[in-house]
Amino acid sequence: MYPLQYDPHICENCSSVDCLTRCQYMHFDLKTAREEKNRILEQADTRVLADCVTCYACEEYCPNGNHPFYQIVELQEKKDFLPAPAPITRQQIVMMQPKGNLQPAKVSAPLVNLCAFPMLAGSIRGKLFEGAATVSGNDIFCNIMWLHFGKNSLIRERVPQSIERLHTFFLAESGLKEMVCFHDECYGAYTQLAAAFNMAVPFRPVHLFEYLNRRLDELKDNIKPLGAKVAYQRPCSNRLAPHTDLLLDEIFRKIGVERAVREYDRENALCCGGVLRGHQKDDLADDLQRRNIEDMRAAGAVYAVFNCPFCMFTLGEAVAEKGLFPILVSDLCQQALERK
Amino acid sequence: MEHAEILHRCFRCGYCKFPDNYVDLNCPAYLKFRFETYSPGGRMWLLRGLLKGDLQPSARMQEILFSCATCGNCVNHCTMTGFKDLLLEAFTAGKEMLVQAGKLPPPVRDYLTPLLEHGNPFKLPAKKRGAWAAGTAADLYSNQEYLLYIGDVGSYTDRGRAMALSVSELLGRLGVSFGILGAREISDGNDARAMGEKDLFEELARRNLDLFRSAGIQKVITLSPHGFHALKNGYAALGGELQVFHYTQILAKRINKAAFTTPEPPLKVCYHDPCYLGRHNQEYNAARKILFSLPGIQLVEMERHRQNALCCGGGGGNFFTDILGGGADAPARVRVREAAATGAQVLAVACPICANMFEDALKVEGLEDRMHVKDISEVVLERKISS
Amino acid sequence: MESIKAKLAKIVGPDYVSDQPEERYLYAMDPGTMPPRKPDFVVLPENTAQVAAIVRLANMEKIPLVPMGAGLVLSGLTRALKGGIILDMKRMNRILEVNEISRYALVEAGASQGMLQAHLKKHHPGLKHSMPDAPPMATLAGNVLIHGSGHLSHAAGFHSDMLNGLEVVLPSGEIASLGSCAVSPAWFARAPLPDLAGLFLGWAGTTGIVTKLAIKLYPRYKYEDILIFVADKPETVPDILYRITGAQIAEDITAWMTPKPLWAKGFQHINITFAADSKEELIWKRNLLRAAVKPYLESKEAGFMPLPPPMKHRFLQVPASDLARFADIKKGGGFEYVGAIMPVDRFPRAYQEGLNIAERFQAAYSLGARIIGVNHCMMFFYAYAFNRADAADVERAQQALEATNTAVLAMGGIPWKAEEPAQKQILAKMNPQMLGLMNQVRAMLDPNGIMNPGNWEVN
Repeated sequence: MYPLQYDPHICENCSSVDCLTRCQYMHFDLKTAREEKNRILEQADTRVLADCVTCYACEEYCPNGNHPFYQIVELQEKKDFLPAPAPITRQQIVMMQPKGNLQPAKVSAPLVNLCAFPMLAGSIRGKLFEGAATVSGNDIFCNIMWLHFGKNSLIRERVPQSIERLHTFFLAESGLKEMVCFHDECYGAYTQLAAAFNMAVPFRPVHLFEYLNRRLDELKDNIKPLGAKVAYQRPCSNRLAPHTDLLLDEIFRKIGVERAVREYDRENALCCGGVLRGHQKDDLADDLQRRNIEDMRAAGAVYAVFNCPFCMFTLGEAVAEKGLFPILVSDLCQQALERK
Repeated sequence: MEHAEILHRCFRCGYCKFPDNYVDLNCPAYLKFRFETYSPGGRMWLLRGLLKGDLQPSARMQEILFSCATCGNCVNHCTMTGFKDLLLEAFTAGKEMLVQAGKLPPPVRDYLTPLLEHGNPFKLPAKKRGAWAAGTAADLYSNQEYLLYIGDVGSYTDRGRAMALSVSELLGRLGVSFGILGAREISDGNDARAMGEKDLFEELARRNLDLFRSAGIQKVITLSPHGFHALKNGYAALGGELQVFHYTQILAKRINKAAFTTPEPPLKVCYHDPCYLGRHNQEYNAARKILFSLPGIQLVEMERHRQNALCCGGGGGNFFTDILGGGADAPARVRVREAAATGAQVLAVACPICANMFEDALKVEGLEDRMHVKDISEVVLERKISS
Repeated sequence: MESIKAKLAKIVGPDYVSDQPEERYLYAMDPGTMPPRKPDFVVLPENTAQVAAIVRLANMEKIPLVPMGAGLVLSGLTRALKGGIILDMKRMNRILEVNEISRYALVEAGASQGMLQAHLKKHHPGLKHSMPDAPPMATLAGNVLIHGSGHLSHAAGFHSDMLNGLEVVLPSGEIASLGSCAVSPAWFARAPLPDLAGLFLGWAGTTGIVTKLAIKLYPRYKYEDILIFVADKPETVPDILYRITGAQIAEDITAWMTPKPLWAKGFQHINITFAADSKEELIWKRNLLRAAVKPYLESKEAGFMPLPPPMKHRFLQVPASDLARFADIKKGGGFEYVGAIMPVDRFPRAYQEGLNIAERFQAAYSLGARIIGVNHCMMFFYAYAFNRADAADVERAQQALEATNTAVLAMGGIPWKAEEPAQKQILAKMNPQMLGLMNQVRAMLDPNGIMNPGNWEVN
């Protein structure tokens, strides 16, 4: 079920090996990269399986759309190269399992999917989300996180279930065709990842940035430009939908903030480090966070802006200690709308 | 009794006795009596014993239940999220049970009986209610924007009357359109309800609501946080549709419009949060905002403030019954010592009960030379407000 | 003849003595499962002289005396097993001295954990004491005297190890000072004198009434952090603990094993708290702790739970108010636990026995272990929640507790702050010479047998 749409021939014939040469965490020259790529193709042991920080970036770097990252995860599982200690992985599997406590409900549009972050319901407020209904909880968890744990098997098992529940419990029930994904993870899961695993998605996921742009246009008379410089922490799952990063530029323009030009943004974004701690790579996480926050400060940013709640949980206190104001994109928009 | 189903769920862990930082005992009755029986957890278990027939509604039991000042510290600090919000309700239900059985401490009876007969607990004629306003600009209510509701303590105690005068003068100077009910005013019933006299409370509420309705009153400013709580929450539950404000809330909105004459000598002030404004209605900022707006005022906080404020010991009818009075551990005395320790010259209050309690306590503690109790409006007026 | 109540009133004042049904009812119980035992009187003394006068009176009248702090022991040690007078010590709650440089605090016996914590935070922000997992009302004295443990017990042992000296009213009514304070005005140590404080530690109030004590204080660092190590093979836990304690970096190491929430079931979690004066030092300490368990991390057999910083605050809160909420998991208001002091190598068996007993009695349980010293021993706890309003459920919890006490003794452990029945189980196993010596000591100190009688008694 749900075979990965990965074509080894494409990799065989690839000469640039962007997936590995551009990796920010493993450093390969082109020659070594090609050797490692061949090992992956032969399904032999390779340090790539052991050292991959699971940042999703190679999904963006691959010029051929061949899902090199998903194939790495496939091999991690098959060859038992699980990135996290076994009890940590097992515990996460139980922690995030469906609880079966969600009830079908008629909801009004816009339906905002808060995924596994019900605690963010307070962000769905005001004119920006006027009339919005929210859904959240493990039962509709997008489950893309298993890419961080070498568990494509769980993606295959749980993602279709969540799609099914979202559709039958809420969307079909309410006659809705689209759903706003508050988190990049969900958008990535129901667009790029679902396609890569050949999963049907019977609704249209709307990226939060698309929604925010739409609303900001409608509310443009209420916007008071913030006039601040922001550092953006681009999350791993945005690698699955790079086009949406441009929508963020539009949002920033509309609310009058300047996206600081800095080293670790856009395609060069750094992992927040949260997952790495689960992989027991604290030293690397420390290093990434230090470089990332120094870069934010050097760029003169006032806000550290997040779209991924997990990135914000991971980095929020650390950026605040360094004098930056941590905030979610949607809350930053709220500030521009609520400003007196 | 109502809420009997939560009594056994209390573990008696004792968080209810403390403020957030555990600096000292913060349950007024437990602070004064020190027997576990007078703590919120003790009350929970005693009420259970009473319902099971293990205990009788003895004089001791009555004193224990009626010593609760309904300050709400226990509700704020109880760790049992499953039922903490019902603690005070359960204690009130326990008192209600005693009221219905006629098992009342004499001072409680002495409060409730005249309230029933005279509409005030002081056994004083209604016509004296508005006496404080004689010779002032405060008019009787007739279609002004607000009713200024004074309440029993503001009408019948010296300290309360002084406060009523000051608040009414300040409201007038700030251009607030208000009237008073004078002799037509009756008790808000808040403390009767806290003492378990639910029927009397409902009767008073209905009479007040009828009176307000017939006079066309929609917006009320109360002098006392107790009245504020009753009118805002208790009356709403009985169908009242009033907009209710405590006077500090109105002042806070208008204080920026006041112009003050030359800066006065600096004055160090600490503010005591009244329970029925603070813990019961989460209004912690209005009085502080006013104090911040005044020239020359340095606001200092007591160790226990906002949701951690120690009650003056006058709530739940204890102002009238004085069950919590007497001794160095009487809450009002402990509180004025805490206030004096800040070095403040003024202990600012926003409740006529607190004002009475603390003035008496300052005298007993011999702190009158170091500190004065002033209501927020008095502090404002003394800053030589012009206009 | 003057009544005992009148005599007590003369000592403490009429407001602070009661023979009323309400006090007798409430003070007969604690929050645990032990059946009520009513006192005849409850008194609230204000100072040592009053305590001494009460003791002299009790001796004269041959009335039992039961000293009580917050009454939070849960195993019923402050019930008046043979009636008499309960001395609720909490009016004696003054913090008398904090010696910053010598790092100790001298307090009255009714001073609470919470009040000392607040006092130190305010007046001596560089100092802290070891807080037990009890609510903040728990008294410092009560916890030291039962050999409690807490948030600095890995670093510094049992709370009784942190005792510098005490003032005690002997059963005769005499007031003795023990420790350095017996010779010096300072309360800095129990050494080098004969250590008579031991006559009052672990005796459940059967040898005297402690009225003052000095306890050691420790540095409070600016930054703190927590790691949670997760394993799923109980047999690996002793070695993991051996390694982590060997680093001597942590302040507190506490394992917890609970069936709820579901994600916790079947795992052994080890909370490791540590602190430092700078972020750099904190990371350095974390790295040493990680290095200690490196083989587990490399083999991926076990590892540290990923914890975003906001999630850490809950685990670092001291006292942790959510612990008391275990009492409400059955909406029943009760829990009690067996705290077994035992060697750390018993961990796998202790854990398995806990699961077996919980299964056998269908008990709502929570298991855990606080490490005392550098793996020198542990306080392994078996907590069972019960519904206070359901007599059958209370009885079931009692049976589970009793079965646990039996199992603990069979494993070579010893129930801590043991309930009256558990004390009897311990005494039955005790070396007869120790028991004989205990009896001789008590006969000498307390010839009238007035001190918390019924405790540490064979019959």
